[in-house]
Amino acid sequence: MIKRLSSGPYLLWIAMFVLVPILMIFAFSLLGKSPEGGLVFSFSNFSRAFEPIYISVLVRSLKIALEATLICFLMGYPMAMILAKMNPKYRTTAVMLFVVPMWMNFLLRTYSWMTILGKNGVLNGLLSLLGLPQMTFLYSEGAVLLGMVYNFLPFMVLPIYTVLMKMDKSLIEAAEDLGGDKKTVFFKVIFPLSLPGILSGVSMVFMPAVSTFVISNLLYGGQYMLIGNLIEQQYLVVNDWNFGSAVAIILMLLILVTMAIMNRLGGSNAEQRGVNLW
Amino acid sequence: MKKIIMVVMILTLVAFIFTGCKSDDKVVLNVYNWGDYIDEDIFDTFEEETGIKINYETFATNEEMYTKIKKGGTQYDIAIPSDYMIEKMIKEDLLEKIDLTKIPNFVNIDSRFKGLAFDAENAYSVPYFWGTVGIIYNTNLIKTPVDSWGALWDTANSGEFTMIDSQRDSIMVALKKLGYSMNTKDLNELEAAKNALIEQKPLVLAYVGDNVKDMLISEEAAMAVVWSGEASAVIQEYDYFEYVLPKEGSNMWFDNVIIPKGAKNIDAAHQFIDFLCRGDIGFKNADYVGYATCNTETMKLLDPSLIGTTYAYPDEALLENFEIFSDPGDFIKEYDRIWTEIKAN
Amino acid sequence: MVTKILNKFYTVLIFGFLYAPIAVLAVFSFNDSKSTAKWEGFTLDWYQSLFQNSYIMKSLYYTVLVAVIAAIAATIIGTFAAFGIFYMKGWKQRAILNVNSIPILNPDIVTGISLMTLFVALNIELGLLTMIIAHITFCIPYVVLSVLPKFKQMPAEMLEAALDLGATPWVAFKKVIYPEIKPGIITGALIAFTLSIDDFVISFFNTGNGVSNLSIAIYSMARRGIKPEINALSTLMFLTVLILMLILNKRTKIEEI
Repeated sequence: MIKRLSSGPYLLWIAMFVLVPILMIFAFSLLGKSPEGGLVFSFSNFSRAFEPIYISVLVRSLKIALEATLICFLMGYPMAMILAKMNPKYRTTAVMLFVVPMWMNFLLRTYSWMTILGKNGVLNGLLSLLGLPQMTFLYSEGAVLLGMVYNFLPFMVLPIYTVLMKMDKSLIEAAEDLGGDKKTVFFKVIFPLSLPGILSGVSMVFMPAVSTFVISNLLYGGQYMLIGNLIEQQYLVVNDWNFGSAVAIILMLLILVTMAIMNRLGGSNAEQRGVNLW
Repeated sequence: MKKIIMVVMILTLVAFIFTGCKSDDKVVLNVYNWGDYIDEDIFDTFEEETGIKINYETFATNEEMYTKIKKGGTQYDIAIPSDYMIEKMIKEDLLEKIDLTKIPNFVNIDSRFKGLAFDAENAYSVPYFWGTVGIIYNTNLIKTPVDSWGALWDTANSGEFTMIDSQRDSIMVALKKLGYSMNTKDLNELEAAKNALIEQKPLVLAYVGDNVKDMLISEEAAMAVVWSGEASAVIQEYDYFEYVLPKEGSNMWFDNVIIPKGAKNIDAAHQFIDFLCRGDIGFKNADYVGYATCNTETMKLLDPSLIGTTYAYPDEALLENFEIFSDPGDFIKEYDRIWTEIKAN
Repeated sequence: MVTKILNKFYTVLIFGFLYAPIAVLAVFSFNDSKSTAKWEGFTLDWYQSLFQNSYIMKSLYYTVLVAVIAAIAATIIGTFAAFGIFYMKGWKQRAILNVNSIPILNPDIVTGISLMTLFVALNIELGLLTMIIAHITFCIPYVVLSVLPKFKQMPAEMLEAALDLGATPWVAFKKVIYPEIKPGIITGALIAFTLSIDDFVISFFNTGNGVSNLSIAIYSMARRGIKPEINALSTLMFLTVLILMLILNKRTKIEEI
């Protein structure tokens, strides 16, 4: 009973402010321009969205998002472990310090990176001090990935950290007692137990990463068109809410399917508690 | 736990006090403008003189402003969009008519800027700032003087310059270089422009939006396609930059003041526009913003060395092949398709 | 021993990575030039003019106000939601979780415009209230995702055990469940606050009546060049947060977050 009451407000809110708007978007996507100029029910927006050029844009966005998520995971997991093992006195502060850089405006953060990575920027300045040759950091895929990882890392670290910090120590001790070395203990005990946190982290990074485009605009000099650019252009510049909505719906379904696959691949243990994230 | 609930309640109360407490006696004017595009001190002056309070909000692009005004439920009394957007808004009946009899200071507006194509009788808009699109370059890094769009296709300049990350502005550059009108709807001409831009892409350092000034100053880029106002800002701090109006012609732009349809305080809005057209107020604005004013009275108060410069008040002769953007209507889809193809390449 | 040094080194590396742009920003807030490209000398001008700029100050006020309210509301709703969702079964749970993800995976423009359309259709005037609602909407899913893993980690029968032992549902929640999921709640609140402070697109389309937030102010300035006062403001915000945290650290013994 309480369980149902508990999620009551949430369900109402979601129904009102998430479901209704997304249904509207869906409705937009199913409207196309009729020859007379009015709007009719039509799949034309969807069929247009499957043209090769738009598919290539989508694929590129997915690729970058996957790369960014992977790097975030590889960098973030060790960081989460370190945080979890920290002295509780400093731990809270450390976690907060982790998040605080994100309170600086996103545009400012990215501009700052341009100052650092620029031809005559801070990094190159350091390099020249050390007598090393200058490098081009900006306007490359590397710069974009760096920007994305920078913006999403805390979202990967925090959920993993919260799971790691209260891991049932007795399980780990048991594994060690049974003769497991560090590697085995990690891969067979710690890692699987932290999967719920990992899945949350991956969700919070991958999903927004697919539709991110400002970072690429700034750090790769707008050389790419990503799916986020495309959708925004449709809504704002071209004023074709119908096509934009169709692309958005396709994107949504694609991401949900990808997440379902990821969950199946990595989350067989999650079923034990009856919570399949997807 | 209890503490948190208390804090929430207090904050919500505070929020509602602020929203609900609208003083009904004072007239409030809602002004919607580009960021940092007006000297906010003049709001205080206006309030002192007329008793009208100003609510100020900002937008980053014409398109966002348009979407907000057309589809949003909020009522602005004054907005300052650009030429093609005004044309579009007139077509879609989104603007209130302006009664010029209520704007005596309209006489101060330079006659060159009255009755422009997008609003032939100034029935809906009053000029505010204007400018051009051109090429700025660092004379320390680029030794041969630049005078044509062709410089941006010159392999000698590969990786040294930036283009504007905007559909119409970049396509405009290619169209002008090829000698076509920047408002063309001829698909062949557009196809040629597209191919030229695809050809150019490997030479372009980046397609930039807003931080082009920093890129020029830090010498990340030696040359850039910019709006005249930005060029003005750079040149006034670093005089080794040159701003060039290409000989093939380019874009001349205008930001005018309009009154959105359904505005609640039309009289106050007229008062404000009249206020903006005053010589001294125009000067405060032009001095702060640094863009070219449309106000002849204001021009008299400006630093005379600015007159005649390419980046502020260029000679008319140089502006011969310059066009104003017109609203392409549905045709924008073609521009969008071309732009996607260029970017996705 | 080696691991300890490696750990420290890695931590320093990561934090250095995180704070590099902040340091750059802070340094340039004292730059006697409008751009962040070249150093032209030291000045405190921007700090001075910052406090005289009523538009920026007003935006700051609204930013913090909205962020605090939205974070708290989203955390409360999201936590109870996670509780309910955790005990759901099968397809219902999967469906709800998918819907939950919609605000996360949708581009900001889609969320922003769809909410704006909803408000207009309902004839709600855009302003502070709509901005707050919009912020709560995109924050809740992140809270759910932060709290849910802690539920999964919790011994399954804890709730039943507590109820069996005679606790009322509320007490069971407060004394048994809450301590277990508290880290997730705090993480969720932090993430919600962070997202709210930084949001531009959704806020832009769902506000009005002179209500602006810092992101809107900053993005709108981008065309003309971001005023150095913003750099000064950001630096001050950091210092404030840092000092607050140091004080909190000293005065409370927070053993767990």
